[in-house]
Amino acid sequence: MENFLLRNIDNPKSADISEYEKAGGYKNMEKALSMDADNILGEVKTAGLRGRGGAGFPTGMKWTFAKADPKFPKYLMCNADEGEPGTFKDRPILEKNPHLLIEGMVISGYVLGAEYGHIYLRGEYPEAKDILNAAIKQAYDKKYLGDNIMGKGFKFELSVHQGAGAYICGEETALIESIEGKKGQPRNKPPFPVNVGAWGMPTIVNNVETLSNLPYIMEIGGEAYAKIGSAECPGPKLFSVSGFVQNPGVYELPMGTTLRDIIFKHAGGMRDGKKLKAVIPGGISTPVLPETGIDCAMDFVAMPKAGSMLGSGAVIVMDESVCMVKVTYRALKFFEHESCGKCVPCREGTDWLRKILGRIEGGDGRQGDVELLSDVAAMIAGKTFCPLGDGAAGVVAGMIKYFKSEFDEHINDGKCKFSA
Amino acid sequence: MFNETVISEINEIRGKYPDRRSALLPSLYIAQREFGWLSHEAMTCVAKTLNLPEADVRGTASFYSMFKNAPVGRHVIQICTNVSCMILGAEKLVDIVGAKYGVTSGGTSEDGRFSLVIMECIGACGTAPAMLVDTDFYENLTETNILEILDKYK
Ligand SMILES: Cc1cc2nc3c(=O)[nH]c(=O)nc-3n(C[C@H](O)[C@H](O)[C@H](O)COP(=O)(O)O)c2cc1C
Ligand code: FES
Repeated sequence: MENFLLRNIDNPKSADISEYEKAGGYKNMEKALSMDADNILGEVKTAGLRGRGGAGFPTGMKWTFAKADPKFPKYLMCNADEGEPGTFKDRPILEKNPHLLIEGMVISGYVLGAEYGHIYLRGEYPEAKDILNAAIKQAYDKKYLGDNIMGKGFKFELSVHQGAGAYICGEETALIESIEGKKGQPRNKPPFPVNVGAWGMPTIVNNVETLSNLPYIMEIGGEAYAKIGSAECPGPKLFSVSGFVQNPGVYELPMGTTLRDIIFKHAGGMRDGKKLKAVIPGGISTPVLPETGIDCAMDFVAMPKAGSMLGSGAVIVMDESVCMVKVTYRALKFFEHESCGKCVPCREGTDWLRKILGRIEGGDGRQGDVELLSDVAAMIAGKTFCPLGDGAAGVVAGMIKYFKSEFDEHINDGKCKFSA
Repeated sequence: MFNETVISEINEIRGKYPDRRSALLPSLYIAQREFGWLSHEAMTCVAKTLNLPEADVRGTASFYSMFKNAPVGRHVIQICTNVSCMILGAEKLVDIVGAKYGVTSGGTSEDGRFSLVIMECIGACGTAPAMLVDTDFYENLTETNILEILDKYK
């Protein structure tokens, strides 16, 4: 498959508008602005585009809800919070292909009747902030943003809003709270953001990669797009591959490429001839899979059947030198730190999981601790305000499911055999 | 109070949003740039400029880890220790830096040169281990190159 999302990124000047235009950039926006918005929405539905932020919600359906709401103005929020550990797939778009995102946002805004867009960018991407701001300025100068874009009578204003280091602000309602200048704590749903979002108005939150697919759908049409990769959730997908592989990096592959192919065919297999032990397939919030579980198709439908989730498509590859208790402990430190504190099961539960894991890893684990971990995880799962707590519980449950013997060994031996 | 330039910078940002509270995060960044950290005085300036209750300003600021509630060193070393970096040796790097510059995680060296912050994932997992020094990214760190890099920050 030829790259689309990562097209041209090897060109050192790829972020410049003239290079982007040379490669055909903004042609798809011009085409879109001459079409009927409802027809484009039809193409998005035919394409079968699903959100790339982690949940895989059908984009066409979300947009239909937002369009049906009679309130104006509507706001389009690009979720560039990219906080899920292991994930670095939006970064090449933001830093190397910012005009693709801008073009995708104008097309989306046109379809939705949204005249205002904000890119919620994580605070830890200072370079991307400067690059995006420069690209937005270039687009304004060319009349690709602002009033009466390309003389087609559509207005779209776009700006960058910088987050400040809170993972939870990637959750769409927390993102909206944050953009409104508040603590990033998730809101109750319903009402959904498509009806009552930022400043009380219909608000559409989509991931960077999702929005960047719009020019492609315009270019090849929904039907051709639907033929790429998995039938039930088609299209190109960016995978961030890290850990003990020969060639870590971001790979653009058809949705549904198997985990085995991602690791062994595309990322060059294991580093230093070591043996694969385990893979976290979709970012730290997704349950681990053992070496025997990697023949699954990486998409939103197949992964839950394989016992995990596609998440953000962040593949973390671990070899035999890695202690699974330590990984679990580190993951829980993260969840405890990032829990927003709004609901008790998540705030207290992640704290307890972290404490128990800490003592097991430190050699002070007690008999019954593994059962206690499972109990606490079960008391979090399904009982929290937002999916952050579910993620934490699923990680612990997954690790115990496949690597219980390693937890037992730590407790029985009173030490971690991996930390020499 | 902020000087005229800063106030007009904040006013310009206000224009991007339908209400003034939405300009709070960007204004806190500006205050942090001006004062070095979010002191009592810095947050009072933000509250006055945006005409917001001080409690709202402080409450919001305290939620976000990139807003500093204490003075920091001339340079802030932010080393990621999340899983992709950890399995490739990030914790050892924290120890090495700590020992070399006499700084503990969350603290500042006595000479005020460096503050050390343990980070969650900074989106450089494919080139782990990674860190940010102030706003500069450094990736593929090793036990030797990290000290060479930091040596440049005086
Ligand atoms: C704790 C948490 C963190 C999230 N972080 C992100 C993120 O960093 N980026 C993102 O696009 N979506 C993130 N999401 C998903 C968003 O809530 C939302 O589903 C997504 O932005 C919708 O866009 P999409 O339909 O294009 O995927 C997160 C969700 C949760 C529960
Ligand atoms: S885990 Fe360290 S940069 Fe992602």
